[in-house]
Amino acid sequence: MKRIRVYEEHCIGCGLCEVHCLVQHSRSKKIIRAFREERDSIVPAVQVERDGYLSFALQCRHCDEALCIEACMTGAMYRDPETGAVLCDTDRCVGCWMCIMACPAGAIQRGANGKVASKCDLCIGEEIPVCVVNCPNEALVLEDDGDE
Amino acid sequence: MSKSKYLIIGNSVAAVAAVSGIREVDPAGSITLVAKEEHHTYSRPLITYLLGGKVDEAQMLYRPADWYEKAGVNAMLGTEIVSVDPQAHTVETADGETLGYEKLLIATGGTPIVPPDLQGTDAEGVFTFTSLDDADAIKEYIEDRGVQSAVVIGGGLIGLKSVEALLALDIDTTVVELADRMLSSTFDETASLLAQKRLREAKVEVRCETTASELLAENGRVVGAKLTDGDTIPADLVIFAIGVFPAICIIEGTEIEVDRGILVDDRMQATAEDVYAAGDVAQARALLCGTQRCIAIFPNAYRQGEIAGRNMAGDDATWDGGLVMNSVTVVDVPTISVGVTEALGEDYAVLSELDEDAYTYRKIVLEGDRIVGAVFVGEIDRAGIITGLIREQVDVSDIRELLLSDDFGLISLPADYRQRVLSGTGSG
Repeated sequence: MKRIRVYEEHCIGCGLCEVHCLVQHSRSKKIIRAFREERDSIVPAVQVERDGYLSFALQCRHCDEALCIEACMTGAMYRDPETGAVLCDTDRCVGCWMCIMACPAGAIQRGANGKVASKCDLCIGEEIPVCVVNCPNEALVLEDDGDE
Repeated sequence: MSKSKYLIIGNSVAAVAAVSGIREVDPAGSITLVAKEEHHTYSRPLITYLLGGKVDEAQMLYRPADWYEKAGVNAMLGTEIVSVDPQAHTVETADGETLGYEKLLIATGGTPIVPPDLQGTDAEGVFTFTSLDDADAIKEYIEDRGVQSAVVIGGGLIGLKSVEALLALDIDTTVVELADRMLSSTFDETASLLAQKRLREAKVEVRCETTASELLAENGRVVGAKLTDGDTIPADLVIFAIGVFPAICIIEGTEIEVDRGILVDDRMQATAEDVYAAGDVAQARALLCGTQRCIAIFPNAYRQGEIAGRNMAGDDATWDGGLVMNSVTVVDVPTISVGVTEALGEDYAVLSELDEDAYTYRKIVLEGDRIVGAVFVGEIDRAGIITGLIREQVDVSDIRELLLSDDFGLISLPADYRQRVLSGTGSG
């Protein structure tokens, strides 16, 4: 499947991935409006971790063996049969946080409303996720790992 | 006699995962799934949410309505299996029908425990709470009888979830726990006391070190519980939540070895040829102590089911050991606990941070250089990173002081482990 490869040696820690992720998942899709009016209702699904000069952006790894899907007690967390992406059906999520307990990357968050899980959806409808498109130094790259 | 390549007894998470495991290896082999309950596969942990009105019937489905059909499963729902004959490779239904199999999976789950000698348990208004039918029956009883007060017997996870549902329905609730604190098998003492404090603030009566000595009834209906400490609590409803026992009655008299549950190896195979077990009925190797234990939790059931399914279809998948873990919200405080929650010996060390008023508590238990357990109350974000370190037994001696810091993240971890998690190709 296509997955986002993280090159920590290229990451400059700018945080543009977080900005574009938030805008992409806002209602307005406008940067100023998204930050002014919608900031409280969305969390970016990608987060930059920084420690001195080391940094990298982290979003759901869409693991081959997805422990969040195994742990999800409602069936809300599932793998999209077409793309292989791990997605959360927020209509079925009850916020039990079993996925947060299980995810070894710590890539699933409580959504801004605190009621349902929030995670990377690989930007449904976009050919290339916006964090990848807008990364200025190719620290995030969409690569096909050859697996189905 | 009808015969299938794969026969699955059960219809909950382990059974569903087994179908998925089989189909990853064998897209076409015939699968028959037999279950006593008539319902489409549903999310068992959601039954308390259903009672509390937090989800509706449609949200109960664990898999979509066309799931059996799409997975090529012949589902015989509402069919009870009464016996298994591992030699003949057959099972018998309550109607006397014989079903043959090449590979059998027993995923019958657990049976709720009701104290056998307790007087009054046959009164109306006394329930166990482990199935969708239980949820429906309790709901109906509450509506029909205008239930105002309830006693939940057992302060473990099922008890807590029952209390939450009753709270949502505005029913005065008392929870009775035999141990000196609630959730004693899930939490350490500090976390238990925080949970009890939160429940008491929400007007739940929490009573420890006591249990029901008799249920009181009038005109066949329950009116209260008499406790071993001498008190009597009036109640229109009593829910037993003192645990479940592996549902093993169908294999009685067979050569399949049983301890508490069905003993299985790391391939989820029982001690009879072509027979597998998974989920709450199975007793498989535990990760931290290495012995076979029944760890009746959802993620284990899924993983065991999938491994069993794959192996039934000819693969060679192995179990990496069960780890106790629970994520449960107490009123509105999220909590997560994983593994060992107390220091068990001299080579153990504990890191912790507590703010009682804010209901936040974080604790990490180490044995030597490795994390063996953790408790998170209030602040649960990124708890899975710790779960991963426990599961993979990662040496954390260099990052010990970072584990509870605000900056702790994947970036704090050893580079090789971090790269493995980031690659997404394995589970960590």
